[in-house]
Amino acid sequence: MYSKKVMDYFMNPRNMGEIEDASGVGTVGNAKCGDIMRIYLKVNDKGIIEDVKFKTFGCGAAIATSSMATELVIGKTVEEALTITNKKVAEALDGLPANKVHCSLLAEEAINAALWDYAEKNHIKIKGLKKPKEDVHEEYLEVEE
Amino acid sequence: MKEKIIYFDNAATTKMHDTVIEEMIDIYKNEYGNPSSVYDFGNRVKSIIENARISLANNLGVEPKEIYFTSGATEADNWAVLGAARKLKNKGNHIITSTIEHHAVLHSAEQLEKEGFEVTYVPVRADGILNFEEFKKAVRDDTILISVMAVNNEIGTIQPIREIVEYVKGKNILVHTDAVQLIGKAHVDIKELGVDMLSLSGHKIHGPKGVGALYIRKGVQIENLIFGGGQEKKKRPGTENVAGIVGLAKALDQTLQNLDEKEDKILELREYIIDNVLERIPYVRLNGCRQNRIPGNANFSFSFIEGESMLLALDMYGICASSGSACTSGSLDPSHVLLGIGLPHEIAHGSLRISISEYSTKEEADYLLEKLPNIIEKLREMSPLYEDFLNKKGEY
Repeated sequence: MYSKKVMDYFMNPRNMGEIEDASGVGTVGNAKCGDIMRIYLKVNDKGIIEDVKFKTFGCGAAIATSSMATELVIGKTVEEALTITNKKVAEALDGLPANKVHCSLLAEEAINAALWDYAEKNHIKIKGLKKPKEDVHEEYLEVEE
Repeated sequence: MKEKIIYFDNAATTKMHDTVIEEMIDIYKNEYGNPSSVYDFGNRVKSIIENARISLANNLGVEPKEIYFTSGATEADNWAVLGAARKLKNKGNHIITSTIEHHAVLHSAEQLEKEGFEVTYVPVRADGILNFEEFKKAVRDDTILISVMAVNNEIGTIQPIREIVEYVKGKNILVHTDAVQLIGKAHVDIKELGVDMLSLSGHKIHGPKGVGALYIRKGVQIENLIFGGGQEKKKRPGTENVAGIVGLAKALDQTLQNLDEKEDKILELREYIIDNVLERIPYVRLNGCRQNRIPGNANFSFSFIEGESMLLALDMYGICASSGSACTSGSLDPSHVLLGIGLPHEIAHGSLRISISEYSTKEEADYLLEKLPNIIEKLREMSPLYEDFLNKKGEY
């Protein structure tokens, strides 16, 4: 059901991990629906995204789309990063099954949320940047041991 | 990478017995006559069907005339629930089922609600067994039908069917059970079980897909779901799936041979898998009661990760299993069974069902146990939930 590229990005995810001193971090989705994506950005003083990392709780498509999204924004300016749409992420993965398109939408939102965090922290306004939806649930932290 | 298939999804479907395939091929090749035809070449196929019916009935402790062949257990469930309720609608309006039924029953019950019936969905306890107190409270004077599965397909828990039958004895309520996951796993004497109707399937017992049966106790009348010719005493018309029927009967017969030995081996393998998974992987739980479940089922929830990604990763090693995650079903909610036993959504999303058959081996279990911990670890490394958990853990 998945393209070879999706499977490749799922099995060998690029840019998976955290950035300790990230310029911006964005988390979207919720555990209830089965997917959460977190994007870490490192933006240099020229406004270029130097490094991007992701962490994802979700299905194969969610992992692959978040990994692909990191590849698409790395080396871009923050303004350019805003033009990375879910469609571009899906296309770069040679397409997604119809019921997985929401995963690519989540990847777009995660990038957006990380950029918002960066803008907030640095008190700057980025044209076209919208405040992310706050729907990340906290209840998932209750774990039975 | 994928050289071999390690099949641990026997609750989804099973490998057919070779003997079943051989008998079916013989039917396809040599006995293609229509059983309803007058000439011997057709008519003799009728006796082939009747012999299959006798074999199936003998293996289930019922009379051959109480067995009706269907296109599978979904049809049998639909027929039992819809047919019985519609037949009894002048007697009462109320139906009881459970929250963890297969959709073949649940969606039939929803259909009946649209037709004006009232349905009570009795909850299960946290161990996945019907809450009997709630069940007793649900029984009313206008209850006409109870449909509760014998064994749950996701968590393998055994439901108190005999107790249900016992409780409603003399109350003039029909009892149906979807026994798809029970038949072929235990010696079932339907008369002893005492139900009025029972559904079973071919492909869950090493037989063919597309065939099943409904047992209807002698004297019980239900409405038809299908209309047509005179087959199955006009109650389930349509030219018979002869090879399928023969395959179904043969599959049950062979599956029941040395059943106790086979089930002991399956149980041993299941316990080996459960012990090792619980010991070697942290933050995992077994879903459903460990004791009161069929031998071939193990169902785990791994915290912080999602089921579909687990299945994909296992698939890379040729390991077939299933999950109650929403992502595998295409719906937004995870399995109604896992939610029914009280799991939070995110834990239900991280479920993995391993179902074992007589063809499963210790080597296959070891292969699974070799791959699974690494897969879980790798997915957790990727998970923001795990990251948050590790960061917050110090505060507990």
